[in-house]
Amino acid sequence: MAIRRGRGVAAINYPTGMNLGGDPTQALVHSTPTGNFMVTLSSVDLGQGMKQIMAQICAETIGVPTDRVIVDTADTDTGPHCMGTFASRGTHRAGNAVIQAAREARQVMLEVAAEELEVNASDLETDGQGNVLVKGAPQKSISIFDVALSAHFKRGRSISGRGMFLIPRSYPEKETGAMKPSTCYAHACTVAEVEVDDETGEVTVLNVKNVFEIGRALNPKMVEQQLVGGSWMGISHALYETTEPYYPNRDHGGTDFNQYLMPGPGDLAETEIIVLERPSADGPFGAKGPGEMCANPQIPAVANAVFDAVGVRIDTLPITPERILRALKAQAAG
Amino acid sequence: MELRKSYFADQRKDGLHEIGQGRPRLDSPGHVTGKTAYFADRNFPGMLHLKMVRSPHHHARIRSIDISEAEKHPGVMKILTARDVPHNVYTILILIQIGPEDETVLADGKVRWKGEAVVAVLAETERAAQEAAAKVKVDYEVLPAVFDMEEALKPGAPLVNEYHGQNHYLYDSGECRKVRFGDVEAGFAEADHILEQTYQSSPIEHAPTETTGCVVAPEGNDRFTCYTNTQAMFFTLDNASIILQMPGSKLHFVGGTVGGGFGGKVDVIVEPIAILGAKFTGRPVCFIYSREEEMQISSPRAAEKVVIKDGVMKDGRIVARKVTGYTDAGAYSRHSPYGAQKGAAHYPGPYTIPNVWIDTYCVYTNRTPSSAMRGFGVTIGDFALEVQMDKLARLIGMDPLEFRFINAYRDGDMKAHRQPTEGAALIECMQEASRAANWPVAEKYMAMSSYRKGG
Repeated sequence: MAIRRGRGVAAINYPTGMNLGGDPTQALVHSTPTGNFMVTLSSVDLGQGMKQIMAQICAETIGVPTDRVIVDTADTDTGPHCMGTFASRGTHRAGNAVIQAAREARQVMLEVAAEELEVNASDLETDGQGNVLVKGAPQKSISIFDVALSAHFKRGRSISGRGMFLIPRSYPEKETGAMKPSTCYAHACTVAEVEVDDETGEVTVLNVKNVFEIGRALNPKMVEQQLVGGSWMGISHALYETTEPYYPNRDHGGTDFNQYLMPGPGDLAETEIIVLERPSADGPFGAKGPGEMCANPQIPAVANAVFDAVGVRIDTLPITPERILRALKAQAAG
Repeated sequence: MELRKSYFADQRKDGLHEIGQGRPRLDSPGHVTGKTAYFADRNFPGMLHLKMVRSPHHHARIRSIDISEAEKHPGVMKILTARDVPHNVYTILILIQIGPEDETVLADGKVRWKGEAVVAVLAETERAAQEAAAKVKVDYEVLPAVFDMEEALKPGAPLVNEYHGQNHYLYDSGECRKVRFGDVEAGFAEADHILEQTYQSSPIEHAPTETTGCVVAPEGNDRFTCYTNTQAMFFTLDNASIILQMPGSKLHFVGGTVGGGFGGKVDVIVEPIAILGAKFTGRPVCFIYSREEEMQISSPRAAEKVVIKDGVMKDGRIVARKVTGYTDAGAYSRHSPYGAQKGAAHYPGPYTIPNVWIDTYCVYTNRTPSSAMRGFGVTIGDFALEVQMDKLARLIGMDPLEFRFINAYRDGDMKAHRQPTEGAALIECMQEASRAANWPVAEKYMAMSSYRKGG
């Protein structure tokens, strides 16, 4: 009887969005009288940071700092349509809609600034700090604060824009299944190292090396929080979680977190995250959806590592100590 | 976390002002100090609490429902049954023409899973609602139930859901979603080895910190505001409008800040009945799942069964892959027909295989309806595919990582669902993993590229 060590690898891809069901999201952007920008959406922030990302996308597109942007999500009286926050689509779909709306608003902003500066709008640029400058002559400038005041109180312009992202629904061809399920794919490869106690069947994940390719890390810190959390969920899925330990028997279902197992702080694997960026042609600044993909490769990587450690295959999730011990027993008998 | 900027550098515009910056989240101080308002932080004078009477049986005919004792319970304001729901049989995806309508808001004549909502009790306090719910008498005739997907698909199995007529979803392509690419039998005939394996999973729970729920307040002008933690505002508004036969203009949904969802808050379950309660009573209504309801009643990830048969050559090329996937929808569709279909589009994984044959089934059983969860339609498939890849590599005596390089898809490769690969990056992820994990592979694999240059 011994503690045995093994490692396993898995590589995956993941689609962004849900073309097989119709996938629209709309956004509105408008400026307040003092040159702050309001993004109006019906997308939901599930805790992943949708609002922050939309603020950064809007800010980058218009050319203002992120803290000049307010995001109003999910009031159906004020927000335009969004299919919803799921299918790794939030950043990709809503982000594209926000870019389109923000571009339109930026154009009006530059037109008003051009009138104030008595130049052509095409000769203007933003400095990202809250000012509009004449290209090549940055001393000739106007603050966005003053542009907005002019638009609202003098020139009667609405600095606003409308945005929409829609990919026509794909209907699979009946016989061949030819279809366009998604527009871009995120990628990942995970190597997991485990220890398996062949006396108790217990698995300890020592470390996971996760490489994720996500198109573009729009906010690397928030990407990190999502990828680390997802990796934890993947390990939890592999080794712990089940609503029915003896599926399909409906008995013994958990009713609270005392009965439903998930890894606690003491069970956390050493987690390394590496991010590659291959910008998606249709993604906002190249971003793909990492939200779901990041919880998948750990599951088979852990399963393969368990085999590497003790030489038994557990092809049913979750990989419980009981299943490992039964497999070891069968192996010894065989 | 490390960003490896050396990969695909020619495709990326760096030096932006806000994008690529790790700015702190504007809402995080509120979250970590407990100041952020969630839907349940709203309390209205005169608010009623809704509790469900749920089926104790997996499959049963309802002979009668007696609410007379419950109605007399102190604090009870209204008790709702199926006949109070204007459009009681619905399905969430009917908005995008995916039917048939197959689920009842409140059970009508039959229950098809243990935990199904039968009667809704609205009372002044949570406790009164709970006590009154316990006094509702439902007379059931228990029917045979089926829990196992294979059993459900057999002739003569108990029929789970009459609205479908058989225990699987009927696609336009027949009993399953099909993908056919190349000639899979020719591929198997040519293969040096064939490996067929079966993979299974059981459901898992989303386990959000904040349980599912909503608070509905009459606006006083024949409109209702529903504060909810749904993941999809208009999905919920539009479905509520259909179920309640109320114009959408009478409904106002407010949400946007949610304490975790992972797909578990996409089903439209709590809002329509709470709005109906507010309409009948003229009072605000609160309907929040207890943790036990969240664990037992809310949709879990579907159990899946995946059978993979591969034909592989000694040199590592996979020449044929046949996949049959089964998704356990439970008693009602919710989003499961979509998940099974998404699975068909996902196989054969990120690998270029010339001959592919895929069937995915959405199967009905007398289990808790499953629905969307993080990785919907893909996660269990990836588990099966990647364990299978490991087995195939070992079968032909090849390093599992090198084996994946041989088969990895690259730009321009045709996928089984007949879309050319764009923006591939699997090879680069594996190269980086090889370095990070100190798992060396032959130099020729480190020289490969998803661009199809250098081998």
